[in-house]
Amino acid sequence: MKPPIAKYACRSTEHLQARRQFLGSVAGGAMAGTLGLITRGAAAEQTKQKDMRVVVFNLHGGLSQIESWDPKPGRSTGGPCRAIPTSVPGIHISELLPYTAQQMHHLCLMRGVNTSEDDHGKGAYLMMTGRRQSPAADYPQIGAVASRMLTPQQLELPGHIMITPSGGGGRNSDSAYLGPKYASVVLGGGSPPNYSVRPDNIPEDVEAHRHELRRQINEQFLSKRRTAITEAYTHSYEQALRLMQRRDTFDVSKESEKDQERYGKNDFGRHCLLARRLLESGVPFIQVVHSNYDTHNENFGFHLEQLGEFDQPFATFVADLSERGLLDQTLIVVLSEFGRTPNINLYYGRDHWSRAWSVLMGGAKVKRGIAYGKTNEDGTEVTEGQVDHGALFHTYLQAVGVDSTQSIDVNGRDMPLADPAAKPVWDVIA
Amino acid sequence: MTLETMDITKARVVTEWKYTRPLLACRFDPNGKFAVTSSEDFTLQRWEMAAEKPSPVVMKAHDSWVHALAFSPDGTTLISGGCDGKLIWWSMIDAEPKPIRIVEGHRGWIRNIAFSPDGKSFASCGNDRTIATWDLAEGKELSRLAGHERDVYSVLFHPNGRELISGDLMGKLHVWDIGTRAIARSMDAAPLHTYEAGQRVDFGGVRCLALNQDGTVLAAGGLHKASNPLGAVHEPLCLRFDYASGQLQKSHVAEGITGGVVWSCRFLQDGTLAGVSGGSTGGFLLFWNSESDKNIHRLQLPNIARDMDVHLDGLRIGTSHHDSQFRITALFAAV
Repeated sequence: MKPPIAKYACRSTEHLQARRQFLGSVAGGAMAGTLGLITRGAAAEQTKQKDMRVVVFNLHGGLSQIESWDPKPGRSTGGPCRAIPTSVPGIHISELLPYTAQQMHHLCLMRGVNTSEDDHGKGAYLMMTGRRQSPAADYPQIGAVASRMLTPQQLELPGHIMITPSGGGGRNSDSAYLGPKYASVVLGGGSPPNYSVRPDNIPEDVEAHRHELRRQINEQFLSKRRTAITEAYTHSYEQALRLMQRRDTFDVSKESEKDQERYGKNDFGRHCLLARRLLESGVPFIQVVHSNYDTHNENFGFHLEQLGEFDQPFATFVADLSERGLLDQTLIVVLSEFGRTPNINLYYGRDHWSRAWSVLMGGAKVKRGIAYGKTNEDGTEVTEGQVDHGALFHTYLQAVGVDSTQSIDVNGRDMPLADPAAKPVWDVIA
Repeated sequence: MTLETMDITKARVVTEWKYTRPLLACRFDPNGKFAVTSSEDFTLQRWEMAAEKPSPVVMKAHDSWVHALAFSPDGTTLISGGCDGKLIWWSMIDAEPKPIRIVEGHRGWIRNIAFSPDGKSFASCGNDRTIATWDLAEGKELSRLAGHERDVYSVLFHPNGRELISGDLMGKLHVWDIGTRAIARSMDAAPLHTYEAGQRVDFGGVRCLALNQDGTVLAAGGLHKASNPLGAVHEPLCLRFDYASGQLQKSHVAEGITGGVVWSCRFLQDGTLAGVSGGSTGGFLLFWNSESDKNIHRLQLPNIARDMDVHLDGLRIGTSHHDSQFRITALFAAV
């Protein structure tokens, strides 16, 4: 399977190693990876936040904050793009996002992000896990944690889905000690999960018989040797079966022609519409990857191209969630592994920059229509409201009603949901 | 100066004028009196050619960078086109030029401007995928040509006055019949376009156009071999077409330059094609003839270059640079 994540301009390989793609099929996905599946009664009984959901838009490679959320028009670092007013008086964003600007009253800009990590792999890790990468421990990504805390027991679909621009399907190993049950199922290129169609040469009744036989054998085996591993194995098969029955959920062509037009008939537009469809089917966590923003060369032309693709579908998604009454239940996050240098290099490019950049949030319990934090005139330093990855991770969880300071029981050991050394940004939680 | 004999092998930088911010575009006026540059601070700078150490007259009216500059053939008017979508008329006979007309020319970036041979009109093109022609005297839009499917990077009038050539991001070259406002024919400059599937970006395009003096040969410049577009790994390329037939005659390359793009190209008086390349390998003036794909000479410039123009005398090339310098290269031997 090809890696679903697009390659970086700076030829970094760390991000690929860090992802440690698990190459299994849907059914086999749970059979490898870490084995800390939560099976204990107490953990399983933990309260799910009713219908709360999270959608992360991961702008891969490092979105330029200056060409998006924190423009610096007329400054030496500002580049050619102008700032435009938004639906919130006093808040301006880049002219490359005219549609998103009209949805700003639903959104919250975090303009004081400082993560001090300019490496793709390490930056992606800390933004997705809320912790710095360390050889001593591996931590679950926000999708796995959200899936663990928000997935209703009766959900027939996976609780953690990643829509990538290309590549195959399969399952990632991004859930660390939470176990494979909460790892992301990848929809490569927005396609349904791998092997989710019953082969033509296996009739329905034969397949039903095969599953019945499997269950009988499993039960026999489990009656003597029930472990976390066997639970994961059984769960994986049953989830794959349910997923095959709900395959239409992944088919955006089932949406109205009008909606397909509104989202745009390009890959990212389809992926945003698919995200809406999955949300409405109850999936609690979806990550939509858009690529590639690693613009060391001709930053402005490439941001015109990439944000030109991003803007309208994303804004349509936000507006739809609001109109359909889903926004109060859904946290939206737009992030990257870092921002880009305020300095414009020789090739009209911007390089990696993590000391002063921006993340966008919206929906759920996040305050609407605000810009939190500031950078200086040239965008080189945070001057007010500085936050880091740990604080953001806490804030995401609090925004969907999960107490981020709690610990959960993993194989008899209390594991904090988020970095205990960090705190939520309460100022942006309503 | 005109007594000198052009010899590209003797090319050398003879003048450096420094502004305070990185430069973008540059043009000589047709009378040879001024050079005009644009900068990352949104301003234009007019440099007096006769001065030994000129202090530029700074011209400010745009709200963004200016990549497109063109003088009317009589040199009295400069048209600038910005990333703010504005076309601005400047009177160049004034000691301190001020805007005499500002027009919202395009939605988004204006990429290039070219004058008609009679000087009465000019064309502009941009990221809105259109080409517009304008009446110089009145500022009226004469036509809006739509037919490109992606950003239009370059535009040029043919000396016959009946045709207009345009080139876009995808390497499409269209020849427009000015009378009917329709595409008369197209040429394929697809080697100038790259789609890099891993990075999911379209890149390259027709960054510049040039015609030889009698309009029989068309050059389209840009880049190829973009193995890493986002990381500035791509090589300069200039395609040479027979204008009448549209047949590709030569693919002019610059071996060893693994980070470069031909930002601008011009035919010199003797038919030599000159191009300026800037990129991660540095700045270069490149020279090609009709006999070979490979360059016949090159001059490495002190800094990455972003645009060039040829002076009225045909013996000097001006280049604008990231290090804020406007440089003049002499194409003749030092005395």
